[in-house]
Amino acid sequence: MSAIVDKFFFYLTRTIALGILLIVAWIFVELFNNSLDSIQAFGFDFITEDKWAPNLEKFGALPAIYGSVISTFLAMLLAIPLAIGVAIFLSELAPAKLKTPFGVSIELLAAIPSVIYGMWGLFYFVPIIRDAFGGVGISMLTAGIVLSIMILPFIAAVTRDAMNTTPDILKESAYALGGTKWDVIKDIVIPYAKAGIIGSFILALGRAIGETMAVTFVMGNVHRISADLTQPATSIPVTLANEFNEADSGLYYSSLFELSLLLLVISFTIISIAKFYFLRRKRIGA
Amino acid sequence: MTHTQKRIVVNKIIMVLSSLSALVGLGFLFWILGVLVLNGIDALNWAIFTNEGAPPGYEDSGLKHAMIGQLYIVGVATLFGVPLGILAGTYLSEYGQKAKLAEIIRDISDIMMSAPSIVIGAFVYAIIVAPMGHFSGWAGSVALTIIMLPIILRTTDDMLNLVPSTLREAAFALGAPKYKVIIQIVYRGAKAGILTGVLLGVARVAGETAPLLFTSFNDNFLNTDMMEPMASLTVTMYNYATSPYEDWQKLGWAAAFILSMFILGLNIIGRIFLLKKRGK
Repeated sequence: MSAIVDKFFFYLTRTIALGILLIVAWIFVELFNNSLDSIQAFGFDFITEDKWAPNLEKFGALPAIYGSVISTFLAMLLAIPLAIGVAIFLSELAPAKLKTPFGVSIELLAAIPSVIYGMWGLFYFVPIIRDAFGGVGISMLTAGIVLSIMILPFIAAVTRDAMNTTPDILKESAYALGGTKWDVIKDIVIPYAKAGIIGSFILALGRAIGETMAVTFVMGNVHRISADLTQPATSIPVTLANEFNEADSGLYYSSLFELSLLLLVISFTIISIAKFYFLRRKRIGA
Repeated sequence: MTHTQKRIVVNKIIMVLSSLSALVGLGFLFWILGVLVLNGIDALNWAIFTNEGAPPGYEDSGLKHAMIGQLYIVGVATLFGVPLGILAGTYLSEYGQKAKLAEIIRDISDIMMSAPSIVIGAFVYAIIVAPMGHFSGWAGSVALTIIMLPIILRTTDDMLNLVPSTLREAAFALGAPKYKVIIQIVYRGAKAGILTGVLLGVARVAGETAPLLFTSFNDNFLNTDMMEPMASLTVTMYNYATSPYEDWQKLGWAAAFILSMFILGLNIIGRIFLLKKRGK
């Protein structure tokens, strides 16, 4: 009897675990199948065409891709230096009494839903951009900044964790040789934690590019490529969030599914790079 | 300036820069938190908990419909996601271990944890909403279950792995079959850790908005039929905040505040469990 239950339990857990792989494969297949119309209609032009005109049944994803790339790039550009500063502060500078409360608040801030960052951006940051640069304040720049603030706690927390793994004995040896704090940070801590730090940047990049709610409020969903960052723009997730419920034709839907597939492939690639090149899995306790 | 002096000056400059950037970073984050708390408390009143949505301009419109809808959607997702995630994690830790298949499942789950949630929404739209012909609470729950699964799976895997193998061996030596060892020994040993994983997983999906936009959609009134479109705090927050009506925007802040407190609460409880375990 117990041998049967034993077998049953094994196959039960195994089936469910395999189910995860099945779901992921299913997601790709389903998105691909739904994209077929659009793939057949536009082919490779889909990603090089800059016109997105639902009323003319013409769909080009370039403005959305451009917006995703630029807003994410802006976000990383702003967030990385700040996050490194925060991480250095938390792991090396802050007095012991402040380390825990500051560290925990950073981690809790990383848990706040992104929709709240978007809301804050809309009500408090858009007016600032509007006053500073004119226009409506809803723009690529606003999206980049709000996105950077959203990923800041994540990068800071992971970078701090990576820095904290530096063995004390290494740091103490460097101090004993007369190193200043900065010498120790740049020559010991950062080289030691390098892989983890770069991994966290790339992971944050993967998250930022797929982030929807933090930017939907402040980007404007305008399908136009403009070098002027203070103009409204769009990105792949912003387009999806704004237009999915409005799509009224098969080809329109299909194009939106192709955008989803594109986004999934891009973020899968980025996250895999972070994972396999930089963040080799460390099992807790091992 | 001697070399030593130069190093000391550079050190000072960098320390100041780092502290400044920490200040700027923390300043922004506390600004958001402050805005959230002040607006949230300002917008809170009793009617929010007892009344349903109303057209803009009505005095005592509330968020009861969104709170109950949110509980349904997240509750059902938890009901599916937690047992499935724990069982799959059990396979990885207890049977799969370092086998190739288990490693692949771990890698894919890690990647899925960071995958864009709006894509999951599109997927569920394709498999549930489109065939059914309308939005539904079920669709929202399925989307959240898919997002929750890899989180629960990976934490369970890690937490079970922390249970010392000597405990398992002792139970095996007494003649216990593997499933009994897992259920009576390993699960017990990892209880606090698994609970933490569950709390963090629930907290994570409770804040998801994008995958609900085109699955459970929204409803301005109370609905407890999972077959129908259902309100959630997150989608309500999005709709109200982007509306031009001031009283709706205020309700949006109230929703943001309630949801954040719920999520932060789960996070804090989860951390306390983990600390307690470590303290032992």
